[in-house]
Amino acid sequence: MNVQSPPEKLTARDFATDQEVRWCPGCGDYAILKGVQNTLAQLEADPKNTVFVSGIGCAARFPYYMETYGFHTIHGRSPAVATGVKLANPELDVWVVGGDGDMLSIGGNHTMHAIRRNVDLQILLFNNQIYGLTKGQYSPTSKIGTKSPSTPLGSIDNPVSAAQFALGVGGTFIARSSDILQKHLPEVLKRAYKHKGASFVEIFQNCIVYNDGVFKHFTEKTVQDEMQIHVEHGEPLLFGKEKSKGLILNKDEMRLEVVTLGENGVTLEDIAIHDETNRGLATMLAQMDPPDYPVALGVLYAAPGASYETSVHAQIAQATKDADKADLNKLLQRGQTWTVE
Amino acid sequence: MSEVAAVERPEENRQEVESAVVRFAGDSGDGMQLTGSHFTMTAAIAGNDLATFPDFPAEIRAPAGTTFGVSAFQINFGARKIMTSGDLLDVLVVMNPAALVTNLADVKPNGIVIADSGAFTARNLTKAGYEENPLEDSSLDGYRLVKIDMSRLTVEAVKEFGLSNKEALRSKNMWALGVVYWMYGRKRQASIDWLETKFAKNPDIAKANIAALNAGHAFGETAEMPAELGTYEVESATIEPGLYRTITGAESVSLGLLAGSLLADLKIAFCSYPITPASALLHQLARMKEFGVVTFQAEDEIAAAAAAIGASYAGSLGITSSSGPGIALKMEAIGLAIATELPLVVINSQRAGPSTGLPTKTEQSDLYQAVYGRNGDAPMPVISVSTPSDGYEVAIEAVRIATKYMTPVMVLTDGYITNASEPWLIPDAGDSERFDVEFRTDPENFQPFMRDDETLARPWVKPGTPDLMHRIGGIERSYDSGHISYDPENHQKMTDVRAAKVLGIANDIPEQTVEVGEAGAKLGVVGWGSTYGPINRAVNNMRDDGLDVAQIHLRYIWPLPRNLGELLGTFDQILVPEMNTGQLRTLLRDQYLLPAEGFNKVNGKPFLIGELEDAIRARLEK
Repeated sequence: MNVQSPPEKLTARDFATDQEVRWCPGCGDYAILKGVQNTLAQLEADPKNTVFVSGIGCAARFPYYMETYGFHTIHGRSPAVATGVKLANPELDVWVVGGDGDMLSIGGNHTMHAIRRNVDLQILLFNNQIYGLTKGQYSPTSKIGTKSPSTPLGSIDNPVSAAQFALGVGGTFIARSSDILQKHLPEVLKRAYKHKGASFVEIFQNCIVYNDGVFKHFTEKTVQDEMQIHVEHGEPLLFGKEKSKGLILNKDEMRLEVVTLGENGVTLEDIAIHDETNRGLATMLAQMDPPDYPVALGVLYAAPGASYETSVHAQIAQATKDADKADLNKLLQRGQTWTVE
Repeated sequence: MSEVAAVERPEENRQEVESAVVRFAGDSGDGMQLTGSHFTMTAAIAGNDLATFPDFPAEIRAPAGTTFGVSAFQINFGARKIMTSGDLLDVLVVMNPAALVTNLADVKPNGIVIADSGAFTARNLTKAGYEENPLEDSSLDGYRLVKIDMSRLTVEAVKEFGLSNKEALRSKNMWALGVVYWMYGRKRQASIDWLETKFAKNPDIAKANIAALNAGHAFGETAEMPAELGTYEVESATIEPGLYRTITGAESVSLGLLAGSLLADLKIAFCSYPITPASALLHQLARMKEFGVVTFQAEDEIAAAAAAIGASYAGSLGITSSSGPGIALKMEAIGLAIATELPLVVINSQRAGPSTGLPTKTEQSDLYQAVYGRNGDAPMPVISVSTPSDGYEVAIEAVRIATKYMTPVMVLTDGYITNASEPWLIPDAGDSERFDVEFRTDPENFQPFMRDDETLARPWVKPGTPDLMHRIGGIERSYDSGHISYDPENHQKMTDVRAAKVLGIANDIPEQTVEVGEAGAKLGVVGWGSTYGPINRAVNNMRDDGLDVAQIHLRYIWPLPRNLGELLGTFDQILVPEMNTGQLRTLLRDQYLLPAEGFNKVNGKPFLIGELEDAIRARLEK
């Protein structure tokens, strides 16, 4: 009898195609691409069962660089296309990749419905708060006052918070990471992969050409410890260089407060514990913004829920149980018939 | 004329007529659609050929008694082949003044108008815009008017079942049906059986409806009806033997899509968004889950098209369905299916436009949209449905072309066909030729855009297949490899091959035949879609009158049949009747430089046979 040797483990490199990557030098997308390729290798994902679906934009070129199945579709519609893929074959691992314009502006509706239906997709939103591919117009996540070719005097409309949006439409998995967090990002992506349902991951991504440094107030080395909090389920919400700061829940005002351990009698016992199944807490974490608060990264929210395509196919399995019913001739003759002699 | 009273009288000899057109019209809540469908079933069982046309308001619950709340159902039934739901009415049954004012113009001179006089109250008359009661003045002198207080008689007939007045009046439609059954000597049993089954859990409701039906019928038998009203006999038609059902266009297209998927050995992913008059397809397919049919009610038209494309990419038969405005929203996605060369079936149940237009009224004004309406040079096959039962074959053909040529296919049907019904000789599913799809699994020399020599189709690969991982997308793809290519020569080559692939389908569809008459006639009448019935009858009638005219009816709009140019060249004149302002006419002129003339109308209603006859005569007698 032949003994089959176990297949060699794939490396990150095995998930890269032979196509030349065409993002601008220094673009945050390179780091995310590497992070995703690393993640798939670590997960021992099967390339033939993996599909990357994207819309339009810089981020949406992603599938061309992944040695998996890939579909570069049209602007904003990738969550809908991916829903169709998953409905046709629930066994596939489907990743959706897009930017803030693609997924929150032209495709906001589809993002909303893919999340609320809880289709089993990993939705990666590369948020750089700008339109890159169309040369620098402000986006729906741009801060008020963003100067761009279409807003020379500064943008005046309120930006949308991606994570709050996803929480608001009933998402079952909402996480955040950043292009430069090469250790953090794969861990978040692995959690997203393992979650059954729509896993929404907002990745802060620097656009070096049109919006360089827009996240530096919490990503630069000098401030990152004070301006980022990496949340872990069941762990106290601590941050700061010496983990000397933390978040407590002010129950009177129903909001989080930043405290320093040892000051005003605050001890570790007082620090709020992260509970990723608590949608209210997740919402408060998603709302936090520098300089008053650190930016919350990691899995903000994760709770089980029936995934859409599973439920669709459960109904079909129920209906097809009785194979005799699937008789086209019987269906053609259903209802009132008569015979002409 | 005074109101008729129930007095015994003997059964008279029935007058034989070859065909008759009856319309039931009343308030949305009066159950006119149900009444019409009962009459249809009974006519079918009596062996008549028939065609029906429901006409209902856009509003779901329009205020009672208003003209915009009138719902009507028309049936043409006969001892001969019936081609349309009928030009003018022999009998109009009206349940209130609004139904009278909106439908009277369609009644033949001296036709029969049966009115529920009980509903002609001062309030209802005002709502319909009457200053005087038309049943009491001389305004209906040109018709044979029969006034019956159906409301009162229905309430009396169902008294024993202890229903409220409002509930009792719900049976008024059955009472009216009883009278018309009597007029045409129809049996009531099929309706009685239906009511007993339908209201099995509410026996009192069933009994009340049956009592009303019987009472209406008995009233006809015993009442002192005006002598000229008469009773009629419509003999059974000569119909091909076999098992029949009635079928609407929505039903035939749905069944055809399912049949096509089974012939291709594919699972359906039907992705749609509700829109009048296309929603019926979603409803039909949602009830076919036992065949593994996936239906997806998307968040919008675009998502529906996109999800269908995603499903096709993953190896299902993606289908999306809508009406004109929704199809417009889908067009960018359809362009993606053209670019990535994925199969997709798009059903367009056309309605009157532009914009929202007239959602419940029919038109065939999306031919331009189907053939031309996309950005870029984006050819796709377009085929059309001609009659309510034709949708079965057309839908199968759409699936065949989409899967064999890896292309989206648009099926043009319309609001008339979708809702209208006709008898259908039920086919045997096993008689259709199979066209099983073969997915590519062989990695040897695989390239995602390498084409079949004959069809020019690219291979279809299901994600999940080992060693065939590849990427596709809407950016121009390199010939064979499918990699992104901005090379100008490559774009020329790809544009040419996309066009050639679609045009090549002309070699895989039947040559165009002449439906009625012969090539070389003085006048060729060229139609497509739901104008088939009236054109067919008009051409036959004109030929009986000795005119040299022929009918050509197209199923294939794009590509056109390969012999069409030559065939059309044999006619002295070409007339193209369409329910639009001349879209096929433009296409024919464009393709063949022929002096085709149009005969066009867009009033939301199908062509009348009479107006087509006049148009044919005008061309041949000028």
